[in-house]
Amino acid sequence: MSEERTPGFNTLAIHAGAQPDASTGARVTPIYQSTSFVFDDVDHAASLFNLEAFGNIYSRIMNPTQAVLEERLAALEGGTAALAVASGHAAQAIVFHTLMEPGAEFIAARQLYGGSINQFGEAFRKFDWHVKWADTTDAAAFRAAVTPKTRAIFVESIANPGGIVTDLEAISAVAKEAGVPFIVDNTLATPYLTQPKQYGADIIVHSLTKFLGGHGNSVGGVIVDCGTFDWMGSGRYPTLSESCGSYHGMVLGETFGNFAFAIACRVLGLRDLGPAIAPMNAFLILNGIETLPLRMQRHCDNAKQVASWLSAHDKVAWVNYAGLPGNEFNALAQRYAPKGAGAVFTFGLKGGYEAGIDLVGKVQLFSHLANIGDTRSLIIHPASTTHRQLGDEARDRAGAGADVVRLSIGLEDVEDIIADLDQALATV
Amino acid sequence: MNHDSYPDAYIRDILLSQRSFAVVGASAKPTRPSYFVMKYLLAKGYDVIPVNPGFAGKTIVDRKVSASLLDMDRPVDVVDIFRSSDAALGITQEAIRIGAKVVWMQIGVRNDEAARLAEDAGLRVVMNRCPKIEYGRLAGEIGWAGVNSRTLSSKRAILSASGGQQRSLRRNT
Repeated sequence: MSEERTPGFNTLAIHAGAQPDASTGARVTPIYQSTSFVFDDVDHAASLFNLEAFGNIYSRIMNPTQAVLEERLAALEGGTAALAVASGHAAQAIVFHTLMEPGAEFIAARQLYGGSINQFGEAFRKFDWHVKWADTTDAAAFRAAVTPKTRAIFVESIANPGGIVTDLEAISAVAKEAGVPFIVDNTLATPYLTQPKQYGADIIVHSLTKFLGGHGNSVGGVIVDCGTFDWMGSGRYPTLSESCGSYHGMVLGETFGNFAFAIACRVLGLRDLGPAIAPMNAFLILNGIETLPLRMQRHCDNAKQVASWLSAHDKVAWVNYAGLPGNEFNALAQRYAPKGAGAVFTFGLKGGYEAGIDLVGKVQLFSHLANIGDTRSLIIHPASTTHRQLGDEARDRAGAGADVVRLSIGLEDVEDIIADLDQALATV
Repeated sequence: MNHDSYPDAYIRDILLSQRSFAVVGASAKPTRPSYFVMKYLLAKGYDVIPVNPGFAGKTIVDRKVSASLLDMDRPVDVVDIFRSSDAALGITQEAIRIGAKVVWMQIGVRNDEAARLAEDAGLRVVMNRCPKIEYGRLAGEIGWAGVNSRTLSSKRAILSASGGQQRSLRRNT
């Protein structure tokens, strides 16, 4: 392909990062199931440990299969570099480990995925990192929460499971004003539906477990460095702007320029905390990504039809899908994700908590489980499962009240998906 | 040459056709970017001449340091500038005088007047780029660090003649 042509999204989803193997010519990226990689000689080993040369040392820090996945995601998000890790939660832990010092604060959307609410509010407190919550729909609330200790602002592009589409530009403007990086969890949208870098994201995280992998077979996470934040100019991020003891006093922000954040996450966060992704998982997720554009469009098309059908059902109190005309987030969905509003949405049963529990028991095609973004259609009643650790008020705020059922619409024939809901709803 | 965006082929041809780099503003500190670049270029088989008047006569990366471009004991192909954009003009004038083939300014260094002067004298110019990053990107090594190389190829990558974890800039065609 001509070097002067900028490849399109479908091409990048298949090719970015994946040249045929230099030694064997293998066309599909091999699974490099090896903990370690031999050094050419002592000088080569030293240059790798000193970060002077590019190369592989040990699979807790980097692995050639993982590297293809990283470059693929950096390309799809328009970033400068990426780091793949064991899970979306591991990605978040490493991002904040790189940004925060004890006593520091960050501001996060109140309506995040329940697992992130636990991680930020509970686990991070033990590191003396403090989250301040702000309503996703209110950029002024983010502005009001900024203090001199603020180190980042974190949102989801499409919130799980609340059906909220975030006004990324409005909140990124707050982050710019505050001089802190804007972090976007783009899991539900994937870069096929929206590319947060275009709207001011500095760092993008994903759970690869969901639509990117897309087949419900591998847990993984990624951090994408957009290369847009000036770490050296800021002075608030000593991990990047001050000399680093374990690399002989190197200043990572100076040495690695516009991909320094991804490198810092790898050579400090991943090296020291350890949540490496398995090469096999990296391979399976890469295979999933090759068909992301096709799958994601079908997911969205099916979801819109199912949401539309449910909204006319007499046992359904409400449907919250931003892809439906009249939904309060429809205008934001048109603006940020015009190809589709994702495939995860919630609806309310007039029968409340008990009806929700009944429904998940009666479906035959939908699987009752706690994941999203699978080829299979999935169903869950968050109040009795994923969000049961939260109090009533926090549960309601996260869009997971007692009557709420969450669907992740799969790639089956949409008539079969609807027929399954129809028969199950008839019994509740 | 449009200095806002270089074709990959232009950079690849420079890195493949040139054999020696004078690094102006070379630091003796092993953690500085210029030191990294010199180590990397040496590992890739290029000759490297560090240039730094404060270290003239001493050695950096086991190579004798020259006080200036006019004070080197052998000709050089590429003049790599680790100095301010303002300083790049005078250095470029010296690069033309000594018969260098390429003036290369590091990331953050750009001087369009110097570029015009060099190009008028028949030299090729690269600004606001790092030869280590460009080599790693075009040879397919930088992806090992998760960095977006912005290149695609369905041809097998070529291992470097030195073997091991080293890739060549050459391409299967």
